[in-house]
Amino acid sequence: MSTPDYIITDELQQAVDAALALERPLLIKGEPGTGKTQLAIEVADRLDAPLFQWHVKSTTRAHQGLYEYDAVSRLRDSQLGDERVKDIGNYILHGVLWDAFTSDQRAVVLIDEIDKADIEFPNDLLQELDRMSFNVYETRETITAKLRPLVIITSNNEKELPDAFLRRCFFHYIEFPDKETMGNIVNAHYPTVKQDLLKSAMDVFFDLREVPGLKKKPSTSELLDWLKLLIADDLPADALGSDELRTVLPKMHGALLKNEQDVHLFERLIFLHKQRQR
Amino acid sequence: MLLDFFQHLRKAGLPVSTTEHLVLLEGLSKDVGVLDLNRFYLFSRLCLIKDESLYDRFDQVFKDYWAGREAAFDLNIDNIPDDWLKLANKDALTEEQKAMVEAMGGWDKLMETLAKRLEEQTEEHHGGSKWIGTRGTSPFGHGGFNPEGVRIGGPGGQGRAVKVWEQRKYKDLDGTRELGTRDFKIALRSLRKLTRDGRQDSLDLDGTIRATAQNAGMLDIKMRAERRNTVNVLLLLDVGGSMDYHTALCEQLFSAARTEFKHLEHFYFHNFIYEKVWRANNRRHNDTVSVPELIRTYAKNYRVIFVGDATMSPYEVIAEGGSVEHWNKEPGAVWMQRMQQHFAHCVWLNPEKNDYWDTTPSIRIIRQLMQDRMFTLSVNGIQDAIDTLKTPISPIQLNNGADT
Repeated sequence: MSTPDYIITDELQQAVDAALALERPLLIKGEPGTGKTQLAIEVADRLDAPLFQWHVKSTTRAHQGLYEYDAVSRLRDSQLGDERVKDIGNYILHGVLWDAFTSDQRAVVLIDEIDKADIEFPNDLLQELDRMSFNVYETRETITAKLRPLVIITSNNEKELPDAFLRRCFFHYIEFPDKETMGNIVNAHYPTVKQDLLKSAMDVFFDLREVPGLKKKPSTSELLDWLKLLIADDLPADALGSDELRTVLPKMHGALLKNEQDVHLFERLIFLHKQRQR
Repeated sequence: MLLDFFQHLRKAGLPVSTTEHLVLLEGLSKDVGVLDLNRFYLFSRLCLIKDESLYDRFDQVFKDYWAGREAAFDLNIDNIPDDWLKLANKDALTEEQKAMVEAMGGWDKLMETLAKRLEEQTEEHHGGSKWIGTRGTSPFGHGGFNPEGVRIGGPGGQGRAVKVWEQRKYKDLDGTRELGTRDFKIALRSLRKLTRDGRQDSLDLDGTIRATAQNAGMLDIKMRAERRNTVNVLLLLDVGGSMDYHTALCEQLFSAARTEFKHLEHFYFHNFIYEKVWRANNRRHNDTVSVPELIRTYAKNYRVIFVGDATMSPYEVIAEGGSVEHWNKEPGAVWMQRMQQHFAHCVWLNPEKNDYWDTTPSIRIIRQLMQDRMFTLSVNGIQDAIDTLKTPISPIQLNNGADT
């Protein structure tokens, strides 16, 4: 039933179960690359429920998720004498939540990166997420959810979310996967990977994450990209340096270290390390 | 008992609300997060804690409170309704799973094993990994995203001998710690809150179009207020002496703050505010700015943030000539009060841990002088300081005692 390449930890699963049982929005935080967005897609898939995705940007307004009144089209139509102009309902564009609320099946709604939006954004959605209904002022209707959808909200911690909003959510912090879980994740993606290569790659990867002062720590997706390259080149495991302490830049490090300063930092560390060995 | 737990959390300074407590109860009444302390831990954390920086504190309270009370959970095991076991529907299993069930000695055997496991569970609590069958084959255990959300069976197959909350995995995320580089970003997020106070008029294009449309095509111009960074900050940093130890930290705060504000002015002082401050630390003796000039130059709406450890001889604050560097005609306290009269929005950030605050006389005095507007230089402290900055300090009389 579950797609094989998404590994869900027990804690996370329990969080989703609770959110489903109590019909509360689930707020997910965690380091980039821990699969926050993927979770909603996966849950929708496993529940066989329709998924409505709302990717939030800095310019996104709360009402865009409900509906939008397309005044410009109406203005244009009025100049042209279109008949449609008389019914305001023709110019109401449905948003993500509208579609999810009116879905006949229990839907999964993903509000992705809610912290990117304006600071007032979460507050503007309080009532809608709490009561799962909203008013359309232009047509004076009330849209109420037939079945309360499972709302999954992700945040990258760029802005703090208001307390009132947090009170209404369940909160789960996805930790960075430990070695074991990471092993499972990799195996799910590349079932044919050579285990010794995987092991030394993982060692390099976790060592790299430990390097102090890296601007951007490599995340899961970077590890997967890197492994893809390694596998494509069919490198033997010892190509990554078998000794405990790293003395060379790992092969294809471009997939792991995405910024020049980090590469320099790493090179410096290696240099220092070599000096110490002498 | 849960109410007691709730009180414990509140006492530890965790911002849990009644609403959240009610949700927790609702969940428990729906059998979410029951039967196992680990599961209860996860569920209560899910409900009550909304910030990963509070996870560590929650873990500690949880540990303190539930140590020795685990028995409360074991008792519940006996009460698993028979229906739950019957809920297990053989037909729901895949062929593969059925084969595994057979391998365990058939269905009845499995149920027997289950009963035995449950029994063991009452005796030995920590055996989370033993719970109900192997991973994936136990229908009442690992149910995937069961729409009912009821999963007995805990972490099936995947052992968890150590209690999660005792590992204190989230220690690094605790906000009461002193600031590190990562934390500055979080701290500055709260400064950003401040920067959104400003308003300015500008043409609202969307509004105009909408109004015009609603007005049947007659032009109707709308104006709107624009968010604008109008908050001005005056940063006064203590340098030298006992602050050397904290200088690196202060410089970090300073450089981080610099990018946040357009109108950020900074000055240095040594130990306490007297008649002069200076702008560049290396020219402190020939490039000074007098405090009255500071007050004349910068408008009342500047937010003033003092950063200093406030650790000095009390005379440096309250006595004439108390300064360690020069003869000051008026005590520092008077200068401080003058600053406060003009810059009512002021706070003091102190890099010293507040454990020492009560035992250091000068800190006590300055705190009093700041009317308790002194905060630690930590994420939480800055957060509180920013909140406090929004309200002005209540006016104080210049003519009490120390005035000349």
